[in-house]
Order: sequence, then C-alpha cells, then structure tokens
Amino acid sequence: MTSDGDTGDLSGLIDRLAPLHARKRGGLLPLLHAVQEEIGFVPDAAVPLIAEALNISRAEVHGVVTFYHDFRRTPAGRHVVKLCRAESCQARGGAAIEKAMQRRLGVAMGATRGDGAVSLEPVYCLGLCAIGPNALVDGRPVARIDAGAIERIAAGVGA
Amino acid sequence: MSRVYISKDMASVALGADALADAFAAAGCEVVRTGSRGLFSIEPLVEVETGEGRIGYGPVGPGDVAAVLDGTHANRLGDVTALPFFVRQQRFSFERVGVIDPLDCDAYAAHDGWRGLDAARAVAPQAVVDAVKASGLRGRGGAGFPTGIKWQTVLDAASDEKFIVCNADEGDSGTFADRMLMEGDPYCLIEGMAIAAHAVGAGHGYIYIRSEYPFAIETMHAAIERSARRMAPFTLEVRVGAGAYVCGEETALLDSIEGKRGQVRAKPPLPAIEGLFGKPTVINNVLSLAAVPFILSEGAEAYAAVGFGRSRGTMPVQLAGNVKNGGLFEVGFGITLGELVNDIGGGTASGRPVRAVQVGGPLGAYFPPSMFHLPFDYEAFAGAGGLIGHAGITVFDDSVDMAHMARFAMEFCAAESCGKCTPCRIGSTRGVEIMDRILAARNTALSSVRPEPVEGLFSTLDEKDGASTRSARTEGGYLAKALYSRSPARIDTGLTAQTDLLRDLCDTMKYGSLCALGGFTPYPVLSALDHFPEDFGASAPIQDAAE
Repeated sequence: MTSDGDTGDLSGLIDRLAPLHARKRGGLLPLLHAVQEEIGFVPDAAVPLIAEALNISRAEVHGVVTFYHDFRRTPAGRHVVKLCRAESCQARGGAAIEKAMQRRLGVAMGATRGDGAVSLEPVYCLGLCAIGPNALVDGRPVARIDAGAIERIAAGVGA
Repeated sequence: MSRVYISKDMASVALGADALADAFAAAGCEVVRTGSRGLFSIEPLVEVETGEGRIGYGPVGPGDVAAVLDGTHANRLGDVTALPFFVRQQRFSFERVGVIDPLDCDAYAAHDGWRGLDAARAVAPQAVVDAVKASGLRGRGGAGFPTGIKWQTVLDAASDEKFIVCNADEGDSGTFADRMLMEGDPYCLIEGMAIAAHAVGAGHGYIYIRSEYPFAIETMHAAIERSARRMAPFTLEVRVGAGAYVCGEETALLDSIEGKRGQVRAKPPLPAIEGLFGKPTVINNVLSLAAVPFILSEGAEAYAAVGFGRSRGTMPVQLAGNVKNGGLFEVGFGITLGELVNDIGGGTASGRPVRAVQVGGPLGAYFPPSMFHLPFDYEAFAGAGGLIGHAGITVFDDSVDMAHMARFAMEFCAAESCGKCTPCRIGSTRGVEIMDRILAARNTALSSVRPEPVEGLFSTLDEKDGASTRSARTEGGYLAKALYSRSPARIDTGLTAQTDLLRDLCDTMKYGSLCALGGFTPYPVLSALDHFPEDFGASAPIQDAAE
C-alpha cells in the first residue's frame, strides 16, 4: 500500500506495465489489476495514461474502473479486512460478527479508519461456506470467526 | 520417515492446515499437500501413510504431531474414505480431489488422468459431441442446458476462430465446488477444456476466475504452465474477475474478458454463434467441463446410468451455512433434500432445529423442512418454485428472520445489478424500500412510520463508486434521500398493500429482466413470503407448503 505521493511516477509505471497487457485481447482488466497490485489503487490520474496506452477512450477506462468493486480510486488502509456478508456466513452469525468487528476495529463497514491503519470491506462469498463467518485478512483466509478471532485480527492489524 | 497428506485447499488453510503442515515437516515427515477431502468438520485433517493405507486424524493441530505419528491420538478416523460421509458418495468428477498433489503431473496421469483427452483425440469431433450428448450432461452452472447441444452449435458454426471459456466466477454463497476442483484437481478442468476444444475446433481458451479465489488463481496458473505440452495445440489463459457478481452471467463474463464493464448482452445472438470477440464460443461452468473427462474415458453410458429423470450423472452438492457436516458431497441426482440436509449434513451446527434451506445461491428459493421430500433434480425443483442452481445448500436454524433474508436478496441485487435493464436496476432498490416498509410495519404495528435505513445498505451500494464519494453517500447523503424521497403519506404502507406491491414487483422483475440476476431475485423473496408468511407480519401461514 502506498500514499498519494507515489503517483508522481505514474506515467513511468504505466509505460512499464502497459506493454505487458496491451497486446492481450481485452487487456484492460489485467492492466488495472497490475496497477492496483503495484500501488494499491488506480488513481484518477492514471485513467488518461491507460486510455492512451491501450488506444481506447478515457470514458471506457473510467467506466470499467468504476464498474468493478475491486478497483479502488483512493488508497486503502495499511491492512485490509474483507468480511463476508453473504447468506452462508449470515446463517452462522455473520451479522453479529460484522457489528462486533466494526466496533473492535473502530471503522464502519466499507470505510477506512481515520488513521489509515485498516480498511473494513464487505465481500460476497469466499467459498468457505461451511466454516463461516469468514474473512480475508490481508489476503489470508480466516474461518469460524468468533470473539477470540476478532481480537486476534485486531491485534494483527494494530488496532 | 513417514509420509503424511495435508490439504492446502483455501478452506483447510483457513482452519490452520499450513501450521499443521509446518509442524509435521519440522518433525521430519514428508508432507504431501493435496486438495481437500471435502468434509470440514474433520479439518484440519492429516492422513498418515501406513501399511494398511492412509490413516486419517482430525481435527488436529500442530501440537498433536507426536500423538498422530505414534497412532494414539483420540481423533483417529481410520480410513477416511470409509467414513459414512464418503461411502455414500459417487465421485466421478472429484475422484482425485483430496487424494493427490494437485500439481503433480505424474500423479494425475497415474490416477487415470488424460485418458479422456486421449480417447477424444482418437475420434472425430462429431463423435465427441455425440458422446457428451449421450451422457445427458446438463450445464452445472445452474441453467441445466444440455452441454452436448451447445457444443454441437459451436461445432456447426463456420468460423476462422472459436473459443472455449470456462466460467469459474463462482459467486453464489453456499457454493465452493468450482474452487475445490480448481485447487484440488486443476488438470481435470484443463483436460475437460482440451476435449471441448477438440470437439468444436477451438484453439484458445480462457478460465475466468473470481478475484475472491486467490488460491484457485495461483493453482490454475501453475497447472496451465505445467500441462502446456500435454494440451497442445490448445492454449489456455486465466483471466481474473474484479468483484462483480453479475460476471457469473455468461454474456457479462464474455464482456469482462473483452476488457469491458461486465454488462449483460441481449440474447440472441447466442454465445455459441457470436460469443467472445464475436466468435463462436463454448462457455461452460467448471463442473460441466470437469465432468467431461469421465464421460470420454468411462463412456457416456456409465455417466448416464446414474441420475434421476432428465438429470443424468452426478452433482457435487455443497452443504453450507449452519450445518453440522458441511462440505462437498458428490452424488447421483435423485437424492432427496431431506437426506442431504439431515442424514448427510447431520442437521444444524448450532444444534437448533432447521427452519429453512436456500438451494442454489442468492438467487435460489428458500424451502422449509416440509418440502424436504423433493428429489434433487432440475425439473422437480423448478416445479416447486425453485432451482438447483450450482447445487449449494445453505442451512438456517430457527433463529433466522426470513423477512430479513428477503430484504437481503433485494439489497444484494441492488448492489450487484449491472444496470443494463430497468426491472433489475430500479426494481431491486424499490424492493429494498418495500421490504423496509414491511419490516417497519411488522415491527412496530404502526404502518405509517417511515422506515429507518438499515445499517449496511449504503456501505454496500457505494462500493461501486469507490471511496471518493463514500462520505457523501453515507449518513444522510443524496442516496438516502433518493431512496426514501417518496412521501409515505401518499402510499398505503400497510402490510397487505406492501405485500401485494412486493408480489407485483417480483412479477415485473421475473419476466422483465434481461438475465438471471434480476429475473431470479424473486425466487428467494417470494419463497420466503410463501413459506414463512409469519415473518412478514401475517398472523398464520397462508398455506401449507406440502403438496
């Protein structure tokens, strides 16, 4: 994850990444994933550069960035907790866990905490549906989340 | 030195399999990482290779290594495949999952791998298509369309270029079979796609995997690289989704691979005629393609010999939610819902009575136990106002609020609608409003009270627009005003009127939507209303659910 300051070298980044994906048919999504992988989000300033590199319109790039839930237009927190809100986790007490997680981490679902330490995001199913409630904590799967697990997650993200 | 087998499936890792594997490695064991056997109540599971075969222990933790290795651990299961959960299964597609190292090419070949592809390449494309037709295989993604017919259409289409696309955008809650197969036996999917390519004359294929499945993405990348020579001249690449549920709809998925917004296309033209990049395209679910190697190697008759009515072969059923023995259960069609939930699943994990099961993911119907006699079969479920979908069964105990679940179905549709057609885009938001009025009327008995926005709705909706607009949208922002702008004074917010309105809205969505997202959202909503009317403020059940 990174701060806004790193976007200064944005054109260098796009110059480096675009050739890897421009030749692919339908390379826009892979390129956006690559940009987000590198700097943590897809800055608005990158949109015209990507459009230029792939020879498509800025509107097309903007449309795709804003359509998909995964692409961020602002940096996430240093840690990202993606908590499942789907039916199978709800059947195993997910709603109560969601409330407790928001309270313990000090951040509302779908937001980043003021100090930038952690983002709490909803996810709709991680495919671990018999062992919920589940979360991805910085990409690591965590199952059967209970009060103890919330404490461990909070400690891990420094909250 | 002992050899032990420990799963590296994402679910097993979430339960602590990595730490377990490290502990056994530290104790000097040769650790083979496999897929998951598919019964999560015994995970983390370790199987120790002995003179009498593999002996399983589970659940176990890193502190149990010594007791496992000397055979004294209390959680000794013996031969895992002899457990009742596995004895009753018919594993056609999942035969190797949990048994072999998923990326070990030699192990795959030693366990009958590539026999289907060799058999297919030994005959003409039409013969392969005929075999798939004869097997009776129907699309496992949910629609149940005959796979062989789809392949025939692509085979008959004249084109300089054709594609095979695998839909691995398994977004339905309560389903994980695609994920388990890709993580546990990736070559099986690759073999199925290579057979499809030979059958229709395609040169290149795509596997579209949702981004929520990082383990499956990694495994498929590695498997494609290692099997490139075996599947040649067919080539394959992975495309990663970006968190849009609607991309599980086949035409939205094609647009997403093309690098566009994942919006649904109007049909016709069918993808089989004008699919990816405008070319004839076979698009099938992971489970459909993974069933094909068995059909080619063992024969269409062997596959069709199992099943029920027009639903032939096996279905990898996924038992999920509040269920005691959750996991993957591959079995021939025709087993009843009650057998699956009570006999196999063992009822709820919480120990409370089962109140409802949702079959087929977020767009599937809720059924009460009085309908547990239903056989698992496409037609039987359609006849009962539901669908099999991707065969996920989510179990709820008696603490569930079915009106809340109906509201969630509408909320989910609003969050995930691609926006192309009006019944889905607008109808889902109106549906949330109606459900809020019903809930408010039910809860307060003061039907004119304006409902408070329920926590969570806006955080869901504003995900689409990124964080920059988030603060403006939450806490009384314009979205809240837009949602609740119609004065309640001008409409009858009573329970009866709102329930009628809900039915009318569901009718519009069901028949007016472009795809299954808007078209099937009425299934969970109306089934909850029909089978659990007491949760919607009705004094007593309107009708007995039994036929």
